[in-house]
Amino acid sequence: MVRLTLTGSRIRTKRLELGVKQAALAKTVGVSPAYLNLIEHNKRRIGGKLLLDLARQLGVDAPDLSEGAGAALVAGLQEAASSAQMGNLAGIDEFASRFPAWASLVLAQQSRICGLDHRVAMLTDRLSYDPQLSEALHELLSSVTAIRSTAAILVGPQAVGPEWQARFQQNLYEDAKRLADGAGVLANYLDVSDDENQVPSLPQEELESWLGARGFHLSALEQGGDIRDAKAGDLLHDYVQQYRRDLQALPLESFGAAVAGGDDPLQLAEKFGVDMATVLRRIASLPQNMGQNAGEAGVGLLVCDASGTLLLRKPVEGFAMPRFGSGCPLWPLYQALARPGVPLRQRLEHIGRDGPQFLAYAIAQPVGQGGFGCAPVMQATMLIIPQPRRDQQQGLQRVCSKGGCGGQH
Amino acid sequence: MGNKILLIEDEPNIAQALSFILKRDGWAVTTHEDGRTAFEAIMRHAPDLVMLDVMLPGRSGYDILQDVRGDAAMADLPVLMLTARGQIKDREMAERLGASRFMTKPFSNAEILACIRELLGK
Repeated sequence: MVRLTLTGSRIRTKRLELGVKQAALAKTVGVSPAYLNLIEHNKRRIGGKLLLDLARQLGVDAPDLSEGAGAALVAGLQEAASSAQMGNLAGIDEFASRFPAWASLVLAQQSRICGLDHRVAMLTDRLSYDPQLSEALHELLSSVTAIRSTAAILVGPQAVGPEWQARFQQNLYEDAKRLADGAGVLANYLDVSDDENQVPSLPQEELESWLGARGFHLSALEQGGDIRDAKAGDLLHDYVQQYRRDLQALPLESFGAAVAGGDDPLQLAEKFGVDMATVLRRIASLPQNMGQNAGEAGVGLLVCDASGTLLLRKPVEGFAMPRFGSGCPLWPLYQALARPGVPLRQRLEHIGRDGPQFLAYAIAQPVGQGGFGCAPVMQATMLIIPQPRRDQQQGLQRVCSKGGCGGQH
Repeated sequence: MGNKILLIEDEPNIAQALSFILKRDGWAVTTHEDGRTAFEAIMRHAPDLVMLDVMLPGRSGYDILQDVRGDAAMADLPVLMLTARGQIKDREMAERLGASRFMTKPFSNAEILACIRELLGK
């Protein structure tokens, strides 16, 4: 292992940091300076009592010398290299070991780049999809268009009759007022905060945050009540409607008991006479003391449309869910879109030592009735259930350092 | 080529100004403002050219354009899309659905007239 062969380099680096002479250190641990020199140049393996003595003299833990204090540093550098699409990762251990301060700087810069990327994506997303901003801009552009066209008629070389002149002047007045009002609305909307890093969340994020605070389990609906929350926005109304349909089809007690009994989602769908997407959503809405993952962190859920845009995210610990863009194209969520109506089951694993493993169920189905001759609107749903680790499985993660993966981009 | 233009635009002041300059230029203009009934209006008026706003109440201009191009009798009907959104993806969407031209608001009267004349070969 490369890392083991660099133990000597770490000893040398630490010794030089402390300003200790090689001969002095050799004497304190009871070896010759020549032998310590061989160790420091990675020409002799080292372990046991000598390693412990050297670590003690240098004021570090022995594993920091043998494995490198920068295991996390190396992992971070690998991720940074992967992000920069660097193909050759040779020397990364040595770089982290010999120049930990520079390596930390690379990581800090990488972290900053990721943060800036996230902010740009958030702002772009907001400009593209924020309905309030879109409406405000549309209002402004419509007013400006009407003013431009009307003003050009009035000042143009061709005569305009008095009746039309009066009408157009009135239109100009109305559009100018509308433009001023619209500009005020837009300015107020954009002037949301003194903190330049704060970007108002999108309605979808507000809904997910609202649901997250309730564990995605709406007890008021389960007990026959209603839910209204202006802060969660209009999306909540649609979510509540679907939640109500799901709970009517799959009552909490009987469905929870069936889930706890170990049936898989397809068996549950057959047992209760519903489609599998309903089962997946309903499992994700069970309280944490019920179902297969009782007492644990619960399960995750992802819903996307046919373009791959994520419509709903119920997070689960250890499974990275992107807010912007799509996830890993190898996720069964996306594979299901290519095979509508076919239930998929796949074991997933995040890259990395002891990376968490999950069992994912997915299906793509049309939503709504559509119409004669109309293409169906498809949605894919994926349930993500944390699993105890097993032997090495195929690793899947959107941004990972897995070399040669066709799904990486 | 005929001279009948159907202007489908829900902003009344824009529709009024465009209608005025088009009529003054010699075109016979009919206006319509509701996306839900726009396709029926096109069928009923049988225009020589349609000016179609993208953001309409009830139904988007893209959906209406799709219906128009799905009707063999109107496959070659000139359709000028008008939109307040000028992003590349909007233009690509309009082209993919078969729009003859795509103009982004705010446009000038001269640009509109030039485009209409070109589309109708005048």
